[in-house]
Amino acid sequence: MGLLDDKRILVTGVLTDASLAFAVARRAIEEGAEVVLSGAGRGLSLTRRTARKLPAPVDVLEIDVTEPAQMAAAAEVLAGRWGRLDGLLHAIGFAPPDCLGGDILRAGWPDVATALEISAYSLKALVEATLPLLEAAGGASVVGLDFDARVAWPAYDWMGVAKAALESLSRYLARDLGARGIRVNLVAAGPVRTMAAKSIPSFGAFEDTWGARAPLGWDVTDAEPVAGACVALLSDLFPMTTGELLHVDGGVHAMGG
Amino acid sequence: MSDATFDKFKACAVEVLQVPEDKVVPEARFGDDLDADSLDLVELVMALEEAFDVTVEESELEGIETIGQAYDLISAKL
Repeated sequence: MGLLDDKRILVTGVLTDASLAFAVARRAIEEGAEVVLSGAGRGLSLTRRTARKLPAPVDVLEIDVTEPAQMAAAAEVLAGRWGRLDGLLHAIGFAPPDCLGGDILRAGWPDVATALEISAYSLKALVEATLPLLEAAGGASVVGLDFDARVAWPAYDWMGVAKAALESLSRYLARDLGARGIRVNLVAAGPVRTMAAKSIPSFGAFEDTWGARAPLGWDVTDAEPVAGACVALLSDLFPMTTGELLHVDGGVHAMGG
Repeated sequence: MSDATFDKFKACAVEVLQVPEDKVVPEARFGDDLDADSLDLVELVMALEEAFDVTVEESELEGIETIGQAYDLISAKL
């Protein structure tokens, strides 16, 4: 008996075995889920290679969230294979270099638009593309990965703005999809050393201080606490929770000073 | 440098970096000569780990800038 027996879950955002999404996919498979991964563009071949490290064979679909045709094609594949989608993990973010680094004035609208489209709007786009499948599940769960956007962080800049948009969007999606039996929640993770994290210029600053500020401590190399929370939200254990932002950060969000 | 091992190494590099075989020479630099970014390098390391059945720790990759250096790193593990 697993927490996710008979669940059919699409996991986006796996690049390497250090990816948060990889830990979620592995844990989901261990809990009995059938999993399909998606990858995009330049990272797709890496996603395919990393998929072979999972405990069960999984297929990898190409889903670039800026390409509606790709999302529609992927939804069609999933419809043919599963007929429904019980869970969707959104682990997608990107910001052009000018959007990061500690100068919020530097980036212009085209770069900011890219960051917002890929990191926030994509949650709506993916949900929309898979809506009939999520509805067919009769109690589907959408989970997105977040980084606490209430405050300004070193260097995170427009990615922080995009995460604030993602947080807001998740609440509106929760509002409009609840009647269709679809829950939408986010997990605000502490910093974990992934490919995505390495692309953030001052990630080292988070690494050094997070553990000291966290009442529970924090290990930047351990994705399992985040994976556990995502799996719980994807399971039937939280049937009356939607529009929620669950912090998995060692407790840092609750501390002052 | 054994020819068979380097050929296997070269095949991985050609596949992952999508460069012509004759560019994969020991002195070739990943960034300048092979136009490889960080994603390419991560993928190359994964391909090499699979092909040679070795494990490469992230810390071992520091300072690796050329095909020759990467080859030495892998071949030392065989």
